[in-house]
Amino acid sequence: MNKKSFGNKLVACPYIVWSAIFIIVPLVIMAYFALTDANGVFTLANLASLGRYKKAFAISIVYAVISTVITLLLAYPMAYFMTKLKISSQKMIMMIVMLPMWMNFLIRTYSWISILANTGIINTVLGKLGIGPLKLINTPGAVILGMVYDFIPYMILPIYSVMSKIDNSLLEASDDLGANAFNKFKRVIFPLSRPGVISGITMVFVPSVSTFYISQKLGGNKTMLIGDTIEYFYNSGPDYYNIASAISLILMVLIMLSLFVMNRFTNDESGGVVI
Amino acid sequence: MQTENIVQLKDISVTFDGETVLDNLSLDIKDKEFITFLGPSGCGKTTTLRLIAGFLEPDTGDVIFEGKKINGVPAYKRQVNTIFQRYALFPHLNVYENVAFGLRVKKLPNDQIKEKVTEMLKLVNLSGLEKRSIDTLSGGQQQRVAIARAIANHPKVLLLDEPLAALDLKLRKDMQKELKKIQEQLGITFIFVTHDQEEALTMSDRVVVMDGGKIQQVGTPQDIYNEPQNAFVADFIGESNIVDGVMLKDYYVEFSGAKFDCLDKGFEMNELVDVVVRPEDVDIVPVDKGMLTGVVTSVSFLGVHYEIIVDIGGFKWMIQTTDEHFVDDKVGLYIEPDAIHIMKKSEYSGLYGDYSSYSEEIDHLSDPEEVAE
Repeated sequence: MNKKSFGNKLVACPYIVWSAIFIIVPLVIMAYFALTDANGVFTLANLASLGRYKKAFAISIVYAVISTVITLLLAYPMAYFMTKLKISSQKMIMMIVMLPMWMNFLIRTYSWISILANTGIINTVLGKLGIGPLKLINTPGAVILGMVYDFIPYMILPIYSVMSKIDNSLLEASDDLGANAFNKFKRVIFPLSRPGVISGITMVFVPSVSTFYISQKLGGNKTMLIGDTIEYFYNSGPDYYNIASAISLILMVLIMLSLFVMNRFTNDESGGVVI
Repeated sequence: MQTENIVQLKDISVTFDGETVLDNLSLDIKDKEFITFLGPSGCGKTTTLRLIAGFLEPDTGDVIFEGKKINGVPAYKRQVNTIFQRYALFPHLNVYENVAFGLRVKKLPNDQIKEKVTEMLKLVNLSGLEKRSIDTLSGGQQQRVAIARAIANHPKVLLLDEPLAALDLKLRKDMQKELKKIQEQLGITFIFVTHDQEEALTMSDRVVVMDGGKIQQVGTPQDIYNEPQNAFVADFIGESNIVDGVMLKDYYVEFSGAKFDCLDKGFEMNELVDVVVRPEDVDIVPVDKGMLTGVVTSVSFLGVHYEIIVDIGGFKWMIQTTDEHFVDDKVGLYIEPDAIHIMKKSEYSGLYGDYSSYSEEIDHLSDPEEVAE
């Protein structure tokens, strides 16, 4: 018994070291910077000054909520209809969904510029038809489009994987007990797919709320999201590390709070988030 | 006349990927009867059940319910309910909500649902477990929830797809009695699917023996056991010695080199037939008093009786007896006229009813040297 648990520990060792170096230590460093001034003296001034960025926080959260909702509305039906297809078609579509993830997301974001720009593909086509040019780039819509596009695979994957595991006999049982298509969805399919929805929401909301770059490239720097704010301060030199860390710390706390709330949603029946 | 048959299947054929699963099958199922589809896996019994439930449509033929054709009527509109093989209980709902599912779909008021669910749980002896989640229940309890959930809807026909297959022997026997009791209490039709012949004989009013997508025989358990229509039925239901015979004239048959009186008639003179003799209907007597003689090749003790294999002119008979005999004993067999059952030759003739391979298996297992190796 002892021998076995020693073996287990030995196997776990590299992972413990890894997470210590690359997760725990950075967190400690971040907390240290957040709670000290430029001279390394303990202070709450950084945290106290965060009120100035509440607009960036608010916009980030609003954008993240909107893009998460849109992502969910697009991904859920897609995942559902995928499970109705032949296995080979399911694999094919899965492949197509994952394909963009093989490419760097900076490049993918850049490509949207050439689509949405005033002289971009859409406006060129519209111009030929005598319409436009429409203002597409540098709008909040473009930022949200970018987020939805970048994060939708993270919504489709968990929902699809939970849905494809729903036992067909449960659906037959629901038919058998007199449930029409609407009732079957409401009483069986949706409740059983909820763990996938919850983890999809988590996996889209968290990167959305902390995202940067998308807003700079597609939003034209007009809307500073909280991620952009953090990036801006880190790029402004060591004097600004403290304030950047303070914002990161609070953002992290906010994310953890929302995860906690999410988990409370699932724990009652279906048991925890599947990430 | 029509109202007596609650479900009728007319000339039904089903093929999956070019393979025939049901071959021109017709059957009338009477109101309030306990009828069992019995057969080996792949015989089409579950497919037949799914046709009635509405999970599957026949390629040709009609499914008729209370005199009306219901082809194309979706499952949720049919007045039948199913108990699934693996129960198919909803894992996100507790016991109460599982049983209430059909009632909620019908939008019954809450107090009526409560009354009904309480009544159903009482019927299946699960009172007090309303709040339990499904995965905390034992297999037997899950089975009961499945029964309660299905009958809470007051179906006119209950379909049971091998519902007891996952239970252990003791529990299975109890549930057999209980299901039979519930069927009598509710007074509705039960259509039961199983591959377990004993289960079929114990519970059913009528048994439908199936093989290869065809009905081989329909009848009461006694009919099926005592008057099997062909070698398949004789072999599938209980143990049988099936030998080639010649019907010399009415009530007189020759097999294994001897002539016997029997109770069967209506065959051609000298017609080749299959003769069935059940192992428990053969008496072992001293050689000089025997109608047939042979040598004991294997003996196994099964508690209630011995199972003895006797070689008679190269054909191995199985005989069940309470008297002990020993390997290499020379014995005589005595067979009463009413122990002999004559069947017409069929596609199954010669495939079943010889215990040669059986006895070799026993030899193999009981040979201590081989076991030691």
